[in-house]
Amino acid sequence: MNLPVIIKFVIDLLAVLLLALGIKGLSKVKSARDANRLAAFAMSLSVVGLLSYYLGTSGIAIQSWIWIIIGSILGSLFGAILAKKVPMTSMPETVALFNGCGGMSSLLVALGVAIFPISGGQENLDFFRTLINEVSISVSIFVGAITFTGSIVAMAKLQGWLSTPGWTQSKVRHFVNIVFAVASLIAFFDLINGNTSSIWLLVIVSSLLGIGVTLPIGGADMPVVISLLNSYSGIAAAAAGFVVDSQLLIVAGAMVGAAGLILTQVMCKGMNRSLVSVLFGGSLSAQSTASSGSGEYTNITSCSVEECALTLEAANKVIIVPGYGLAVAQAQHTLREVTKKLEQTGIEVVYAIHPVAGRMPGHMNVLLAEADVPYEQLKEMDVVNPDFPATDVVLVLGANDVVNPQAKNDSSSPLYGMPVLDVQEARTVFVIKRGMSAGYSGIKNDLFDLPNTSMVFGDAKKVLNDLIGELKDLGVGEK
Amino acid sequence: MSFISLLWVLLLGSLLGLELIGKVPPTLHTPLMSGANAISGITMLAALTLIVKAEGNVPLLIIGSVSLGFALFNVVGGFFVTDRMLAMFSRKPSNKK
Repeated sequence: MNLPVIIKFVIDLLAVLLLALGIKGLSKVKSARDANRLAAFAMSLSVVGLLSYYLGTSGIAIQSWIWIIIGSILGSLFGAILAKKVPMTSMPETVALFNGCGGMSSLLVALGVAIFPISGGQENLDFFRTLINEVSISVSIFVGAITFTGSIVAMAKLQGWLSTPGWTQSKVRHFVNIVFAVASLIAFFDLINGNTSSIWLLVIVSSLLGIGVTLPIGGADMPVVISLLNSYSGIAAAAAGFVVDSQLLIVAGAMVGAAGLILTQVMCKGMNRSLVSVLFGGSLSAQSTASSGSGEYTNITSCSVEECALTLEAANKVIIVPGYGLAVAQAQHTLREVTKKLEQTGIEVVYAIHPVAGRMPGHMNVLLAEADVPYEQLKEMDVVNPDFPATDVVLVLGANDVVNPQAKNDSSSPLYGMPVLDVQEARTVFVIKRGMSAGYSGIKNDLFDLPNTSMVFGDAKKVLNDLIGELKDLGVGEK
Repeated sequence: MSFISLLWVLLLGSLLGLELIGKVPPTLHTPLMSGANAISGITMLAALTLIVKAEGNVPLLIIGSVSLGFALFNVVGGFFVTDRMLAMFSRKPSNKK
């Protein structure tokens, strides 16, 4: 081994170690931020290692430098701008977009190598080695394309640019996807047999497969899909590692692939969905139309902001249940003002965070943290559920499915078995909501019909602002 | 590197990934996903290799450069956005005490 090889080996080893520590640290609140920076550092280290290796061996042509600089400046610039500008509410679709681009990158590398075989050592390859090359190129293209189109569809659906077309809920979609899958398999074998032109067939059908699989999935399940696609992009990276013969790529790709898979599983558990039903079950709302759970509301009580304020004033313990609707209305900060007033009067305020509140697990914590809600006041579902019977008032803000008692009581409901917050156990429940529209799953919420539930209709932000006014009139929070 | 040893690398890398994430508080699901997603942009190394080895083949240089751009979009954006999310958590305890 000569010096450049040794240097690269040591740097790669160090990078893998730091990446592993980074992923590990990201799963603990305390160390997460440093871990993220550590991982970023490890990534830049790996680039330095690779470039120094080529500088020390074959050298890097000026022309190559130019294209390296163009690509990296443009990519980094757009990435940084988007990351800084995007509002916290659209975090899930942003992750999806980034992820899709990672997949696209693996796809392009494999495509480049397939069309223009890299010179150097390629001539004296034996049959076995050529086969491996072709298999890894095909896998990289296949997984990369699925990741890209799947992520873009997921992003478009979360952004609301794309709805779920009706036909995708029929059984036909399975047939269509099977056709795509079989076609990719044919292209795959054709490619390995040495028919290079079938590479385009592979690109097209695997792209279509990515669209076909993601399109029927309902918005509520999207986080799981994004997490799964994230795992795929790791696999695509590992496959690209085989293509260019890089152990570092293979390790890092495999690590992300496996970690993504575990995370996907954890998320599924939190939403009480199995991965199979997420992928092949279609969207929840489509199932619910046929279920007995849907129907008309019979016993809705609506009340004014003033009544709500009076009840709050008399309370000792208040639990806030925030949902995505709160974030959409950008009312986190207003909510924080309301709770500040209540706290000043000595009322105990706690936020109950359902594991999938928001659009993604942990999303709501991010949004509330943005509004300066103390971390200690955010209680996870299992911790807060026993507290509801001893609670005077529950404020449900823009949350719906996660407080639906159907999940516990009605075995015919599509929500049945999903862990929910037992808000109905509290003395009084106020649901602040725009209207009677259904939640994300499209399922009727039995909570609204209960006698201790009152609806306060209106935009979350406006209602909260009115509430601040009413509380002021009552002298709450003034010293 | 022989193919067999690359397979070993793949296997051990996967096992490491499985082990790394044991118990994650739901709070961290989104940042973790986003951070892991940034790491999957490691394909930038493959794109770099492609460009270096292109040896004046302009179409290949362009493909490599576009690929590098996509990968870095993923990496830089991913890490920044993760940091933005995590900054909100880490700010809290220091404010309190």
